[in-house]
Formats: sequence, C-alpha cells, structure tokens
Amino acid sequence: MNWNKKKNLTLILLNTLGNNIINLTSLMGSLVIFVSHALTRSVMPPFFIKEYGKQIVVIGWASLPVVGLTAFFTGGALALQIYSGGSRLNAESAVPSIVAIGFLRELGPVLCGLMVAGRVSSAIAAELATMRVTEQIDALVTLATDPIKYLVAPRIIITTLFLPILTGVGNIIGIYGGYLVSTEKLGFNPSMYIESTFKYIEMGDITSSLIKATIFGLLISTMGCFFGFRASKGALGVGRATTNAVVSASILILASNYLLTELMFKS
Amino acid sequence: MTDQSDKKIAIETIDLLKRFDNEIVINKLNLRIPFGTSMGIMGPSGTGKSVLLKCILGLTEYEGDIFYEGTLLEKKNRGIFYKNFGMLFQGSALFDSLTVWQNIAFKLINSAKKISNSEAKEIAIHLLRDVGLDENVCKLMPSELSGGMQKRVALARALADKPSLLFFDEPTTGLDPLTSSSINELISTIVKRDNITSLIISHDPSSIIAICDEVIFIEDGKIGWRGKASKMKFSNHQLLKKYLGSLQV
Ligand SMILES: Nc1ncnc2c1ncn2[C@@H]1O[C@H](COP(=O)(O)OP(=O)(O)O)[C@@H](O)[C@H]1O
Ligand SMILES: [Mg+2]
Repeated sequence: MNWNKKKNLTLILLNTLGNNIINLTSLMGSLVIFVSHALTRSVMPPFFIKEYGKQIVVIGWASLPVVGLTAFFTGGALALQIYSGGSRLNAESAVPSIVAIGFLRELGPVLCGLMVAGRVSSAIAAELATMRVTEQIDALVTLATDPIKYLVAPRIIITTLFLPILTGVGNIIGIYGGYLVSTEKLGFNPSMYIESTFKYIEMGDITSSLIKATIFGLLISTMGCFFGFRASKGALGVGRATTNAVVSASILILASNYLLTELMFKS
Repeated sequence: MTDQSDKKIAIETIDLLKRFDNEIVINKLNLRIPFGTSMGIMGPSGTGKSVLLKCILGLTEYEGDIFYEGTLLEKKNRGIFYKNFGMLFQGSALFDSLTVWQNIAFKLINSAKKISNSEAKEIAIHLLRDVGLDENVCKLMPSELSGGMQKRVALARALADKPSLLFFDEPTTGLDPLTSSSINELISTIVKRDNITSLIISHDPSSIIAICDEVIFIEDGKIGWRGKASKMKFSNHQLLKKYLGSLQV
C-alpha cells in the first residue's frame, strides 16, 4: 500500500517534470521562430520607416534620463565604497581605475539593461497586449499588414541598436559621478584622477560593455514583444504579459551577464 | 436553395471544425456565401460565431476546408483574400496611436501601392463624409470619439480599399438603440450600393433583419436554421422561436 503510494508520487513528480520540460522547450521554439520571423521580414519591403522613427524616440531618447540618473548615483556610491573599502588595505588610489573598469565591464551594461527592462520591456508588453486584447493586431492582419513586421521588428531592432548607445552614455555618466564624488568629497586631484582613470582601461573593457548591452537589448525587446503579442483576452492578460516580460527580461539579463562575463574572461 | 447554387460562391466552408482542447466549438459546419449576398450569422453568446470568423480569416487553426472564390485557402495564400477584404471589429479595433484619417487610410498608405499622404488624406476625408461624419474629425485620435463615431470610422477604414467582401462582428454591440439603428442603416445602404458580399455576425435580430438577405442560426456549433431574413420570425425552429421571443419587449 505504502509502496504503491510512493510509486504514484514518483510518477506524478516525473509527469510534472516532463510536462514542464515539454512546455519550456515549446516556448523556446516559439520564441526562436518569433524573433527570426521579425528579423527576416524586416529586410523586405515595405519598411515602415515611420515606425522605426517612433521607436527611436520612445525607446532610445526617452530612456536617457533614467539611465543617466541611475548611472550617476551608482558611480558616486561606487567611488565612496571603494574608497572606504580600499582604505583598509591602503589602496585608495585604486578608486579611479576600479570605478572605470567596474562600470564598463559590469555595472554599466547590467544597470542600463535592468532599468531599460523595467521601462521598455513593460511598456512594449503592455502596448502590444492591449492591441491584442482590443483586436488591433487582428485588424492589422485584415488590413493586409504583417503585425510581426509592423509592430515587433521595429521594437526589437531599435532596442537592440540603442541599448549599447544608452550603455555608452551611462558608462560616461557613471564614471563622471565617481569623479565628482572623488574630487569634491574625497580630496582626489582632478587631473590625476582623470589620468589614472584612463591609464588602465583596455579596449576589451569597452567592447565587452557594448557586446553585453547589445545582447541585453535583444533580450529586453524580445521578452516585451513576445509576451505582449501572446497576451490572452481580458484586462488580466495585459497585467500578466507586463509582469512576465519584466521578470523574464531581468532574470535573463542577470543570467546571461554571468555567462558572457565568463566567456569574455577566458579569452 | 436552388437559385443559390446558380450564383457564384464567394466563400464556402466544408466540414469546418474547431476545437479548443477537447471542446468542439464549431462542428462540421458547411456554409456558402454567394456573391452579392449579405449573410447573417445569428445565435446566443458563446455559440462560436466569432470563432467562425477567426477561422475564415485564418487567425486560428481549424480542421476542414475553406474556399475563397473556389480557391482553397491555406496559410500561404491568405494574401489574395485580404486584398479584397474589409472587416469591422466588435470593439472597432482602431489603432490608438494613429489619428482618425491615418486609421482610415492605413491600408492605402501601408500597402505596396504608392500613394502620397495628401492623396490618402483626401480619400480618408471623402470616406468620413460617406459614413456620416464631419471632416474635422479626421485630425482627432480614436480615444476622443464616442462609441458610435468609432464604429463609423472603423467602417470607413474597412471600406478604404474598396473591398468586395466585408465582415462584421457584432456591429451594434455596446451602442444605444438609436445609434444602433443608424449604424445598421448605414451598413445596409453601403453594402447594397457597392454590391458588397458581406457576413454579419450578431446576437441582435434587429441588426440581422436590417442588413441581411439570408440568415443562419447557429446552435451548438451547427446550423440550426437557415433561410431568408424576412422569414425568420415565422420559423418553427424551437430554439430560434424561443430566442426571438425572449427579445420581444
Ligand atoms: N482562445 C480560446 N480558447 C479557448 N476557448 C475559446 C477561445 N475562444 C473562444 N473560446 C470558446 O469558444 C466558444 C465560442 O466563443 P465565441 O465564438 O467568442 O462566441 P460568440 O458566439 O459569442 O462570438 C466559447 O465557449 C468560448 O469559451
Ligand atoms: Mg462574439
């Protein structure tokens, strides 16, 4: 009797595990089809140039303040922390280079990615989900327009192109934040700070920053579009799509950041 | 029935079947819409009327065959169908981010046909008048319009590329009786004037009677009754009688 029960439980567990694996695999499959559809169709006419222009403003331009403020304050805090930590080992002079390298390699792309995930991924998901629920996406189809090409492609392409740009700006502002705190508050000499900032930066730090940002941009926009596009009917559908988009984009950013860091460290 | 088979058929479904998981919503439905006919599909809520439309539009998977002008519709060739087609959605489905005239001219601007913005706008304004709206409306956003006005703009959008085939999903749901009857009248006038083949889905008999020549009453995913719209109230069909009776005020 007891043994039977145990066997049953094992079967149920295996069953659940199997179902989850199948669901996950099919989800990944639809994701890949979705993105490749968007990217391959985007190179065929008509090009919907206006839609791309709109997304540059909504995604690129409008994200600048969020990214700038986040980077500025984090850069300042980083300088303070490294100074107080470094003073325990008499390494205060490392502040400029650690702030710069830390920002380029790690904080810049990750912070930018997470902030833009919160802002853009959710906005894309909410907009597309609302369009799905109110049948605007079906309407596009009946107006002989491919909704993936018209709605999804511009959002994915613009976010992927603009996240590296935003990250570049964020890096500069973050490093400047560290500079400002160090020179105004910690008594560093401005020209020496600038000199030691640039002394240890390598080209690889900058490219790794931009490569990370490009991949995060792709993840952010894909999650927003995918969950928005597949939203189910009703107001609940919109809320769920938004949450799913932000949560999955954030987790994917952090997970892929680790993988990318490991990859780029090796080379 | 016999005079129907002489006419050319615009849309035909053969053994159309749609299931969600294990629930069958449309059960081997055979439907023929001859050219120039206004066909009404009536039935209680949840009987699969909207799902039937989604199948014909190719917005969902289904079993069975659907023909358009004798051509079997598949994933690849839906384009030929959408070219001559317009649809009025239940909630109007106007694009929130575009102005009224950009909505109306959407198909003209975004299709391969090269047409200038000012030409498109002119056509849009002409269509606005056609559906009984003032041309000043053209600069507004859809959210600034009343429900009845949105329906009219959505109708203008559906008409923009001169379709030979028009679908309507619950054209008057959510509107007050006066607005409803003026929308019904407008649809009926335009459909007859331009000799458009149309499919009207509605749970509201007054819409069906005002617009349609023929009616199909759907019951459990099948055709329960079919006939001329004018003969509907003399039908002996149990559920249809009950359905019409329950609506009399
Ligand atoms: N996407 C879906 N998933 C599961 N069931 C659905 C879906 N869409 C519709 N249905 C079911 O199909 C039936 C018919 O729905 P519908 O065609 O919208 O009814 P109506 O005749 O009122 O337009 C309903 O019982 C509904 O629950
Ligand atoms: Mg319906």
